[in-house]
Amino acid sequence: MSSNFGSMPLRYRISIDREQCMECGRCVENCPYGVFRWDGNRILINSRNCTACHRCLTYCPRDAIMLQEHPCDYRSHPVWTRSVRESIYNQARTGKIILAGMGSVANLPIIFDHLMLDACQVTTPPTDPLREPVELRTYLGKKPAKLEFTQKPNGDVELSTELTPNLMLETPIMLGHMSYGALSLNAHVAMARAAKETGTYMGTGEGGLHPGLYPYQDRMIVQVASGRFGVNVDYLERGAAIELKLGQGAKPGIGGHLPGEKVSADVSRTRMIPQGSDAISPAPHHDIYGIEDLPQLVNSIKEATEYKKPIFAKIAAVNNNAENVAAVARSGVDAIAIDGFRGGTGAAPRVFRDHVGIPIEVAISTADQELRKQGLRNEVSIIACGSIRESTDVIKAIALGADAVYIGTAALIAMGCRVCGNCYQGLCSWGIATQRPDLVARLDPDVASKQIANLIHAWTLEITELMGAAGINSIESLRGNRDRLRGYMLDEGLLEILDVKSVGA
Amino acid sequence: MCGIFGVMDKRRQMMDGSGIRDALSMMNERGSGEGAGYVAYGIYPDYQDCYALHIFFDRACESRAAVEAMLEQWGTIECGEAIPTYDQPNLKANCAPWRYFFRPDASLAPGSASPEKDVIANLVMQINAGTTGAEVVSSGKNVGVFKASGWPEDVANYYRIEDYEGYIWLAHNRYATSCPEQWERPDPFNLHDWSVVENGKTTTYGANRRYVESFGYTCSTGTDSEVIAYLIDLLTRKHGLAIDLAIRALAPPYWDEIDRMPEAEQKLNRALRFAYGSATMNGPFTVVAANPDMMVGFTDRGKLRPMVVGECGDRLYIASEETAIRAMEPCVESIVRPAAGEPVIGRVAP
Repeated sequence: MSSNFGSMPLRYRISIDREQCMECGRCVENCPYGVFRWDGNRILINSRNCTACHRCLTYCPRDAIMLQEHPCDYRSHPVWTRSVRESIYNQARTGKIILAGMGSVANLPIIFDHLMLDACQVTTPPTDPLREPVELRTYLGKKPAKLEFTQKPNGDVELSTELTPNLMLETPIMLGHMSYGALSLNAHVAMARAAKETGTYMGTGEGGLHPGLYPYQDRMIVQVASGRFGVNVDYLERGAAIELKLGQGAKPGIGGHLPGEKVSADVSRTRMIPQGSDAISPAPHHDIYGIEDLPQLVNSIKEATEYKKPIFAKIAAVNNNAENVAAVARSGVDAIAIDGFRGGTGAAPRVFRDHVGIPIEVAISTADQELRKQGLRNEVSIIACGSIRESTDVIKAIALGADAVYIGTAALIAMGCRVCGNCYQGLCSWGIATQRPDLVARLDPDVASKQIANLIHAWTLEITELMGAAGINSIESLRGNRDRLRGYMLDEGLLEILDVKSVGA
Repeated sequence: MCGIFGVMDKRRQMMDGSGIRDALSMMNERGSGEGAGYVAYGIYPDYQDCYALHIFFDRACESRAAVEAMLEQWGTIECGEAIPTYDQPNLKANCAPWRYFFRPDASLAPGSASPEKDVIANLVMQINAGTTGAEVVSSGKNVGVFKASGWPEDVANYYRIEDYEGYIWLAHNRYATSCPEQWERPDPFNLHDWSVVENGKTTTYGANRRYVESFGYTCSTGTDSEVIAYLIDLLTRKHGLAIDLAIRALAPPYWDEIDRMPEAEQKLNRALRFAYGSATMNGPFTVVAANPDMMVGFTDRGKLRPMVVGECGDRLYIASEETAIRAMEPCVESIVRPAAGEPVIGRVAP
């Protein structure tokens, strides 16, 4: 049964400047969404299929293509906005939940942008990173709260505290968990090479570990999610660390969904699921119905890997974040990744993506404060994730109490992603979020890995400069050092929660 | 820009305060005339088993009554009196310095390895964070802090520092950047055994403060030296670190240096950085600290502030400038300038 709505106003309009166009056909070849087609020797346009992925614009040799967003709008209304109206049309027609890709589009203030960094002037000198060391080396994992020594017969003391395994990062920036399946193998290979080159780590996501990534396995954090895709003891043993995914910032409280279109033969083998079937991760882990079940899972994984690898847990940032973090910190895990409500996703119900959860800035700060209050801060490292956009977000997250960050969308953008938000369609024109071989082949892992490594390197340099200017020469002296932040145009309640003073104070 | 000075006699031979005053005044160029302080060990032999509490009262009557009531709750006051002072034309007194010789009731801190010190620490935190208008400026046995807003010589003369004899002295010439009128702000800072003077301004005050406060300390003045004194107490008394390891935790070697160490040393240094990352001090500082048995000096690992060490007979000197040492000991036998991050540890003979 069809609806009586007719067609919606165009979201994007593509136009071709026929004076400039030389009819080379690159737009037709490059657009996987079917916007362009040949009609005899003329190129026709179907703007309705456009996702604003910009592939045609970038490959048009004459800059003849123009894209316009919302060329025709509804009557403007402050309450009944375009997106509200279209959601209603959509749901009135389908009776279904609306899915959306990438991170939240809710137009809410970004706290990071209202936090100003400090620099030294006369009472303390800035450090010049060109002349003096500034240490970004970061260790993730449990740290002893205090040390024990034994006295040897000759009077010397010897350390008797045994350190548990930590991951050593050259820079506090890691590549976050995005699964093989959601992303192409070339994208995964590019990220793995970049992680190796920059001395950091990357997350596998919940899609298992493809044999093509075995050469980089000492740089991989293998994920165990509620669907347990691709999990066996070989998988656990290959990773440098193991992450239990308990939640995701883009969709707290629900599981994951990889559409069957993206489950190719290779993906099916890696995930250990039938080809072409939807991969659905349940909302909870079905062996964790209470916090007391988590230590059992952590211990069983530690037993399976002989206590040689750090175990991480990832949770979504929600209201009782501090309590969740303190609970997980007692479960035996070595690090907790906290995913804020702006976290990215291949696909999530729109209502979850835009309405559930709390900002990462608040989640990190309250987690750090609560762990310190309960004497648990050395039990776990904290990893901030969920739309870390630039080096200043990294440094602010660390000053609020994080040890390191995961970047996801930023790494995709470094590979060429234009944030069109159509990852769930499986037609990514950049070869990043697709399994179609001809599209995957568009992403050259050598080039893409260099671009990601460049990004990490550039951010690392910026962080070094910012730390030097603040007179801080090791990253642990920045961690939780909120006094080096000031809030600008943040309300008093939020400043108190963040434990940050106002500008001028 | 502050000037610091420390002197220790290894055989506990006494020095009166006049030489220390002259040494500190020699560095007036490093100060702003808005704060100076002295601390001496061994000055109260008649009450050496009591904790000497030096307290500044904003309001001599009400503040005193409130503090004395609190002290009576936690132990016994053996003696309470005004610290003798002598008006100086350039000093404007805005509080009343008082001292109590106090015996804490150890039974009030059950389960502690050092119950008396826990009672004292608790009292100091409570009074200093409270609103009684009182500030405990020193709280150790046979030790006392004398400080005020003014030039070193005026402060010394105000207390007649030459009337006190000690075997370890620390002194501080302040270049004020905030609250010049508050007498409790200049160094030294003291918590029972430990006293601290600092030349510098750390860039990690917030991180260090949050760390030390998570162990029950309360920082109430916002100064580095207060945090440093509490950190040293935490690391040495509660965590049982030897002083050299405690200093290493506060000012650790770079990772590159640790990577080049022999394996056992590497393990130890890595463990220290793992455990005490939040206690690590960053930014420019030279710290001289003392307890009844030792005097130590250490700098940030880039040595952004000066530290000069002199030796002469039984005496060890640590100062911001050589000229201060020579003011007190014109014939000093050796002068060295330790490398960045290299601590100096002097112990009193047992």
